Amino acid sequence: MAGAAASPATARRRRVNAAVMGLSTLAAFVGLGMLVWILGDVALRGMQAINWAFFSHLPAPPGQGGGGLANAIAGTLALTVVAALMAVPVGVLAGTYLAEFGAASRFGAAVRYVADILVSAPSIVVGVFVYLVMVKPMGNFSGWSGAVSLAIIMLPVVTRTTEEMLRLVPVEMREATLALGVPYWRMMMGVIYRAAAAGMVTGILLAVARVSGETAPLLFTALNSPYWMNGLNEPVANLTVTLFNYAMSPYDDWHAMAWGAAFLITSAVLALTVVSRLVLARTHRQ
Amino acid sequence: MRTRQSNRQPVTDEPPMIQEPPGKPRLEPPSPMVQEAEPVADAKISVRGLNFYYDEKQALTDNTLDIARGRVTAFIGPSGCGKSTHIRTYNRMFELYKGQRATGEILMDGVNILDPAIPALSLRHRIGMIFQKPTPFPMTVFDNVAYGVRLRGGMSRSELEGRVEEALRGAALWDEVKDMLGQQGTQLSGGQQQRLCIARAIAVEPEVLLMDEPCSALDPIATGKIEELIDEFRGRFTVVIVTHNMQQAGRVSDYTAFFYLGRLVEFGETETLFTTPRNEQTEAYITGRFG
Repeated sequence: MAGAAASPATARRRRVNAAVMGLSTLAAFVGLGMLVWILGDVALRGMQAINWAFFSHLPAPPGQGGGGLANAIAGTLALTVVAALMAVPVGVLAGTYLAEFGAASRFGAAVRYVADILVSAPSIVVGVFVYLVMVKPMGNFSGWSGAVSLAIIMLPVVTRTTEEMLRLVPVEMREATLALGVPYWRMMMGVIYRAAAAGMVTGILLAVARVSGETAPLLFTALNSPYWMNGLNEPVANLTVTLFNYAMSPYDDWHAMAWGAAFLITSAVLALTVVSRLVLARTHRQ
Repeated sequence: MRTRQSNRQPVTDEPPMIQEPPGKPRLEPPSPMVQEAEPVADAKISVRGLNFYYDEKQALTDNTLDIARGRVTAFIGPSGCGKSTHIRTYNRMFELYKGQRATGEILMDGVNILDPAIPALSLRHRIGMIFQKPTPFPMTVFDNVAYGVRLRGGMSRSELEGRVEEALRGAALWDEVKDMLGQQGTQLSGGQQQRLCIARAIAVEPEVLLMDEPCSALDPIATGKIEELIDEFRGRFTVVIVTHNMQQAGRVSDYTAFFYLGRLVEFGETETLFTTPRNEQTEAYITGRFG
């Protein structure tokens, strides 16, 4: 700079600027560093456990080596799919109600408020609730109760995303459709859902990603099992509870399996998140 | 006319519509309606004593005019004067919203279409509407145009294809999109999107075409194309166009209605209204002194 002799005030500002910039950069590195550390550690240790047997074999007893988590992988997939089948239709319809019919009503406001509370409710509370209303009366842990607890966690996410996405469809699109003499329900099915589809799919994928990592609700409901799934009326093996059990065990070969399960879950959630971003980006480009 | 210009306060026995707080300059109430004797010989739509309310607020007061069959009628007036509100009563779009209601009569071919016994859906089959913002549906160009036709059903694939081509030609869009009928309608340019919406509206062969500021989001070239279309529609559809652009009203319309504060101030043949307005508010507006 031309003015080499900076005033004391300017010098002070520069020092403060440098200090704040340095601290915020450091904080960014700490945050990012932790993330890289966790992901890197999970990937490094987890990949060692991943082999063909991991996907195809049942768990082996401790100390014996070998074996896999095929039953837990299948169980997690089944629980998630059944949960999505329960939560998505209800969530989409509830979101439609909030956006289209209950937008200004008191009941709509109440539903929206409850959904928002449910989004941030601790998942263990949902697990205990389903334990009380399903597991205890039915007398045993079951896949059904596990799927229900996951569905309860998905429901508010799907509801609110659907509502938000439907609200983003411009009012002109609705009027232009109805001006053609289209009944309301056909407008929803043929035009409005289509216009909001990318956002709704993103919301559903993010909800699936969220529940696929849940452990607490399954501990009280689906529990776990060392065997292949035999219907949803019995306890169902799943990755997260298996991870929990194996990580708490004293056996090194089970620890390795737990790392493998952690890696698989993390990769699946990452893949779901990336796919949902891509879906959204692809539509916004149009 | 000129001699009346010094007389700033028109003589009126109507109460003022908007009560401003004392001390503020008050908007002049619209002067009494001026209309040529029998301006419209063959009316497609006859509006009689139309009032419109947003909840308790009255937005239209005692609108009475005739829309000529097969001709182009333009609605002009400053923002908020009620011209869009008026046009939206013809296909009862206002019924979508709570608290909006219309009283009076809108006779289309002699039948009062405000009568609740007339289903809004079948009414909208006969009255197409084009909006300010182009609204292509999230589907292909072909499906956009076919949407309303399919709704009515009873058409073979080849008949449908013929109808879509005819509508796209009618909207002067065919040559530009004939090789991309399978592409998304949203990928067209703004002007093309608006003509796509026009094709979608005329594909169902409505009797009346309502256009609510169809060119306000378009550049001058795209605007020119739409205006040429409106010119071609004469004789085929009864067109009602709301516009902020007085030159546009002068170019495209046979009849012009000037609205101010929810009242119809002057109505007549476009040429007469623009060259020799009989109301001083009309004259002030079209010469750009307010609005």
